[in-house]
Amino acid sequence: MILLETKGLTANYGQFRALFGVDVTLAAGETVAIIGANGAGKSTLLRSVTGILRNDTGMVLHRGEPIGAMPAETVMQRGIAMVPEGRKLFPSLSVEENLKIGGQVRKAVGPWTLEAVYDLFPILREKRNVPGTALSGGQQQMVAIGRALMSNPEILLCDEISLGLAPVVIRDIYAAMPRIKASGAAIIVVEQDIGRALSVADRVYCMMEGRVTLSAPAATVSREAIHTAYFGDAA
Amino acid sequence: MIWIDTIVQGILLGGLYALFAAGLSLVFGIMRLVNLAHGDMIIFAAFAILLITGSVGLNPFLAALIAAPLMFGLGWALQRFVLNRVLGKDILPPLLVTFGLSVALQNGLLEAFSADSQRIPAGPLESASVDLGIVTVGWMPLLTFATAIAVIIGLNQIFYRTALGRAFRATSDDPVTASLMGIAPKGIFAIATGLAMVVVTIAALYLGMRANFDPSIGPARLIYAFEAVIIGGLGSLWGTLAGGIIIGVAQTMGAAINPEWQILAGHIAFLIVLLIRPRGLFPRAVD
Ligand SMILES: Nc1ncnc2c1ncn2[C@@H]1O[C@H](COP(=O)(O)OP(=O)(O)O)[C@@H](O)[C@H]1O
Ligand SMILES: [Mg+2]
Repeated sequence: MILLETKGLTANYGQFRALFGVDVTLAAGETVAIIGANGAGKSTLLRSVTGILRNDTGMVLHRGEPIGAMPAETVMQRGIAMVPEGRKLFPSLSVEENLKIGGQVRKAVGPWTLEAVYDLFPILREKRNVPGTALSGGQQQMVAIGRALMSNPEILLCDEISLGLAPVVIRDIYAAMPRIKASGAAIIVVEQDIGRALSVADRVYCMMEGRVTLSAPAATVSREAIHTAYFGDAA
Repeated sequence: MIWIDTIVQGILLGGLYALFAAGLSLVFGIMRLVNLAHGDMIIFAAFAILLITGSVGLNPFLAALIAAPLMFGLGWALQRFVLNRVLGKDILPPLLVTFGLSVALQNGLLEAFSADSQRIPAGPLESASVDLGIVTVGWMPLLTFATAIAVIIGLNQIFYRTALGRAFRATSDDPVTASLMGIAPKGIFAIATGLAMVVVTIAALYLGMRANFDPSIGPARLIYAFEAVIIGGLGSLWGTLAGGIIIGVAQTMGAAINPEWQILAGHIAFLIVLLIRPRGLFPRAVD
């Protein structure tokens, strides 16, 4: 079943057009990777889905219903949670409060509780009373992921969770992915790190300059196809 | 001996100023909105309490209990239907709107209640006092101060111990990310202004029982509230109490030297603190 779909999605920042008719789908239980160079429009795509950037012409569908004109809080309450680019923890909140706030409005029953998140990222249990922003980058990323999980989302959107982190830290964070997948959420991972993205994804989209340039199963896609889609023919 | 008495009276007076300031501090802390009509809203609430006590013959504390939810509703609606529309990157539109509201409230109250001085009758409480050994203090100032502390504790409990308070702090940090948590920032702002109006009602109760008031005195209350908030450091409620106390003590000491100096001494104390600590006594760590 298709949970999420964009149809000819366009997005603008003032006069500047960042997306030119993007079509992507996400099925129940599936993990999809969206890769692309810096500025390709990946974050803009996620912002359009979450309602931070609004569009009004039925270009984003959740379970077949148009959600593009809904405010972000309404979209989130439908079960679409976001791990935003740059983690965006709340500086005034402790680690535990950052986690709790993720699940305080949408209180869906499901596998994710405070304890389950602490089991997924045990270091956070130790640091539960520290201000979220006092943690290392990798730990902050764990909080951002846990915060999104706390609402037991049907769809989890992850924007560059490896950005700016050391390889060993990225490995730790990606080690949690199988358990998140197993909990039932459909996942979109946006990445510049192609290898990481392909390691967890069922399907992959590549974006370039606001357009989807490749759509393929992750297991069989060739390096050449990705290279062309990522950098363009001229590269 | 006289100085101890003066200082104690000043500290207690600071409780009243902290009550004036707490609502202002709350709203500013959550949405960076400076409400220039804050003082006039206190006067408006005082008239509302007066009206309820007068028409039904109620005890003023009970009247305030009735006025508080009405004021919450008014604050909620004001934020929801007016102020939310003008909040944005530019700080000028909300200033203009609340300034306009201040003028409208003053004129509306003048029209409805005339320029006559009014007082909320508090019965024997008005003159009762208690002997604390070295000083004798009135029950009313004592009760005002205790209420200020209770209000600050209550607001801090809401802020740091409840899901609503978590949403207040998160929205204040970053409204866009808060919306990704399912929180509607504009709804949070409306609740915050409603809550501020409950505090305004409490401030109005003591203002009206302690002294005469008329429709024109709102702006001066706003100034005291501002000074208390800024001395305390934006966003800290205990700092706001400290700010209120500093102004209160400066005023009573000024008045003890020369009655004409009371108000001026408060403003001078404010300027001195601002010169020494431009960010206030207890600035927020994160800003
Ligand atoms: N807030 C913004 N205002 C104007 N332009 C923006 C804004 N955010 C992104 N852009 C532009 O939109 C394009 C796509 O950006 P983005 O979606 O962030 O790319 P990606 O996430 O793939 O790196 C870029 O050219 C970027 O400069
Ligand atoms: Mg991006």
